[in-house]
Amino acid sequence: MRAVTRGVFKELYKHKTLYAMTLPALIFFVIFSYIPMMGVYYAFIDYDFGKGILHSPFVGLKNFQYFVSGGWDAPIVYLTKNTILYNLVFILLGNLMQCIFAIMLTTIVGRLFKRTSQSIMLLPHFVSYVIVGTIAYNIFNSNYGVLNSLLKAMGGSGVSVYMIEWIWPIIITLFFLWKSTGFGMVVYLAAITGFDREVYEAAKIDGCNLFKEIRYITLPMLKPTFIMLVLFSLGGIMRGQFELFYNLIQRNGQLFYATDVLDTYIYRAMTVNFNLGTSTAAGVYQSVFGFVLVITVNRIIRKVSPENALF
Amino acid sequence: MNTHRLSASERGLKIFFYIVLSIVSIICALPFILVISGSFSDSAQILKSGYSIVPRGFSLDGYRSIFLFPAQIAKAYGVSLFVTVAGTGIGLMVMTLCGYAISRSELKYRNVVSFMIYFTTLFSGGLVPWYIVVTKLGLKDSIWALIIPAICSSFYILLIRNFMKTIPEALVESARIEGAGEFRTLLQIVVPMSKPILATIALFLALSYWNDWYLASLYVTKADLWPLQYRLYNILNAASKIASVGAENFTGKILPTETQKLANAIVATGPIIFLYPFLQKYFVQGISIGAVKG
Repeated sequence: MRAVTRGVFKELYKHKTLYAMTLPALIFFVIFSYIPMMGVYYAFIDYDFGKGILHSPFVGLKNFQYFVSGGWDAPIVYLTKNTILYNLVFILLGNLMQCIFAIMLTTIVGRLFKRTSQSIMLLPHFVSYVIVGTIAYNIFNSNYGVLNSLLKAMGGSGVSVYMIEWIWPIIITLFFLWKSTGFGMVVYLAAITGFDREVYEAAKIDGCNLFKEIRYITLPMLKPTFIMLVLFSLGGIMRGQFELFYNLIQRNGQLFYATDVLDTYIYRAMTVNFNLGTSTAAGVYQSVFGFVLVITVNRIIRKVSPENALF
Repeated sequence: MNTHRLSASERGLKIFFYIVLSIVSIICALPFILVISGSFSDSAQILKSGYSIVPRGFSLDGYRSIFLFPAQIAKAYGVSLFVTVAGTGIGLMVMTLCGYAISRSELKYRNVVSFMIYFTTLFSGGLVPWYIVVTKLGLKDSIWALIIPAICSSFYILLIRNFMKTIPEALVESARIEGAGEFRTLLQIVVPMSKPILATIALFLALSYWNDWYLASLYVTKADLWPLQYRLYNILNAASKIASVGAENFTGKILPTETQKLANAIVATGPIIFLYPFLQKYFVQGISIGAVKG
């Protein structure tokens, strides 16, 4: 044992400058990631800012009560459903769109057109989600929104979009695609550019046309990239896109049943309702469930293509 | 260039692609056009007949009102600028140091360190414990609350490590033989060779700091410390509550005016739009590097 410890110190001392270089980052992760991990304990106590963690009473699963009660209408049910469904649609539809537009762009010969359309598609990635919220408001608000002024100009009557629940999953998905397609597309473009040109040349000589080229060369070669990117994202399916949901819906309670996800629920429970117990409990549920998912996904990747496994 | 002539159906497909991409580009640009034209519209006409794609009337009132009290907007600009510059600078430094160290194969525990960093992406304590830690550090209502909690990203550190791993060992060795210490090797040999990845990460960092409102919403209550995006968030938030209930119940209570909100949105995004043509190129290059080497 002592020999091992001495070995560790010897190594640390030998490369002390290099280890010192990792320190600022490691300290950061200890403070902002590892210490909060222990805070999972908050979910089981009635936390009191004044008394601190050790003197707050232990309450077992009481903090989970509100989160899980209500049968099929319980927050845990619709939040899990919403979080998983939205993210699933985002991941699949997102990657599909990115793929399709990347393929289309690579067939374009005109440089100016190619560059301009790529620039415009990437532009939404650069604006903040607050701006995304502004844009949604500008289009959909019931009094001055572009949509309603168009409807009225055509002789119709106005619609209060912010009152219609079923339309928001569609709007949110569209905004997601608008914001992220240009960015994600770049990865697929890079992949396609990296493909062996000779394969395409040979196919052309053999009389392969553009349809066949896409169908039998580009698509099969993109398949591994597509599968990997989808699998990677599946691990994070329990979180993400907080800013998108929060800025589009804000505190519009009428829409929560259809649009609330774990991230937004946890944020509101803490900052709006000041319900630390419920917020932490929901957070623990999200973390543990998410962790199990990542491990599962990694198992799958290991089976499918071991060299791409995360760990 | 073309070794064979395109058949009619191939040409058809290409034209179809051109049309689809044009439509998608227009859809991507349309929201920006709506906001810009709204910001130049005449308030009174908006109240009467709503927004449209072409400005209703033409007026600079939205912008004039912002610059009527230049101190407010100047302060928010100052906060955003400071946060972006300091955050990007410190973050890049901390992550480069760490990424370099764990890229060196002679470091026996490099994988232990890498795993410690990577594990933070797999499991997290959640929002409340993190919030309490930041608060206990005394960061609340300090400008550092907008910087420090986001200074490191495990993903970027691992990207830097992966890139630096591809630098030939012999180069680092030769520097060592000439008596250069770790810091000099890093600064004079490794950093210049890693410029593409470091520039990309600097861009990513700067963009996320500039666009951040989340940290401000959690940790800053003093309006003096509001960055641009959070200031905008508050301006809009006041108005959207009214909109969700319906203006019938709120007639005459429109504060701030519609065009002012949009003018604020434009002012908050301005620098990015100006820098966009320049930044975009590096951005695309960077994502491609990450995709190939990451």
